[in-house]
Amino acid sequence: MATQPLCVCEHCDAVYRRRALARREIARCLRCGAELYRDQRYGLNAMLALTLTALIVFVIANVYPIVRIEVQGVASEATLWGAIMATWNSGVGVVAALAAATVFFFPLSQIALFLHVLPALRRGRVPVHFRDAMHALRLVQPWSMVEVFLLGALVSVVKLAGLAEVIPGIGLWAFGILTLLLTTLTGFDLRRLWEIADGARR
Amino acid sequence: MSGRGGVVEARDLGVLGCHACGLVSRDIGADHSHCPRCRASLHRRGPASISRTWALLLAAALLYIPANLLPIMKTATLFDSHADTILSGVVVLWRSGSIDLAIIVFVASIVVPIFKIAVLALLLITAQRGSDWRRPERAKLYRMIEFIGHWSMLDVFVVALLAALVHFQSVARVDAGPGAMAFGAVVVLTMLASMSFDPRLTWDSPKAPRND
Repeated sequence: MATQPLCVCEHCDAVYRRRALARREIARCLRCGAELYRDQRYGLNAMLALTLTALIVFVIANVYPIVRIEVQGVASEATLWGAIMATWNSGVGVVAALAAATVFFFPLSQIALFLHVLPALRRGRVPVHFRDAMHALRLVQPWSMVEVFLLGALVSVVKLAGLAEVIPGIGLWAFGILTLLLTTLTGFDLRRLWEIADGARR
Repeated sequence: MSGRGGVVEARDLGVLGCHACGLVSRDIGADHSHCPRCRASLHRRGPASISRTWALLLAAALLYIPANLLPIMKTATLFDSHADTILSGVVVLWRSGSIDLAIIVFVASIVVPIFKIAVLALLLITAQRGSDWRRPERAKLYRMIEFIGHWSMLDVFVVALLAALVHFQSVARVDAGPGAMAFGAVVVLTMLASMSFDPRLTWDSPKAPRND
């Protein structure tokens, strides 16, 4: 189906008639400057490939240690779950839950929801529970904080560098790549998927 | 059509744009209408957006006090033990020569939350008055706080990682403190506050019929 003719600015309610965009062009609201819609750089195939890669990198990021420190022959390593458990053991369970949600569960849900939605749409079908999955995606995305965690890991590395021998682990690199992948996935306009689903078989 | 610089608003045309899926549908005038495509509820303006945002914002501002006064991190070594608040952590970084890091943490943990709270208060007050003062700049400020919102979690993650790493029996140990809890709550509350603020209110004049 062709995209619908009208578009409403989410930030100021101005109405525009849609037009085709050139490659990489972004349509902005003339009044408030908010983004209206953009030319999607990636199609469904590319999105699916990025999502699968993100899943693999997510596993690596969680399995391998992020940082390892050595002080006088004694070594210590930290993974994401190590950090969550250490926070829990410090007696601030709320913080542990917040970290688990924003760095583990929400990013993982984002990946899982895309994996549910994209393959069916690619085959021209609307997946089961499409509506719920799309609403869940929209709710989850702002709360995924992998990129902030990555910066936090870098700050920790530098903070400890003077006190101990600090060795960045595979997990740190994986979190770096995961940040790039998730940022690309989050940048995808979900409204485009609704339009694709409109044209697909129910 | 009302003459707002040639801009036609959705309500002038009697249509509603869906925030979830982007579909533009006819406004049937019901109090609780739903998007025909995705079933998300449609609002001409966010429901009770201003009072909701104020409530979340005040809660965040209140919690910002313990977030800064309570220790966020406790360090214990063989020789001494001390507790760091966010600000004293920044000072330690600065003194140890990591000036760039001190600035990053200071901006993320102190500047961003204060900026967010101040900007949201400004947006709320001007929207409540239907003020036409610097609307494009206010719109830009809103987009800015939406973008920077979650970066304040930085220090919480640093503390969590240090607590996991520095765990050498009795020799050295780092624990997260109660300040981290208050601080995490501030980040969540300010994010909820900026989500509940309806930026369309920035463009409403007091005379225009408002359907909160």
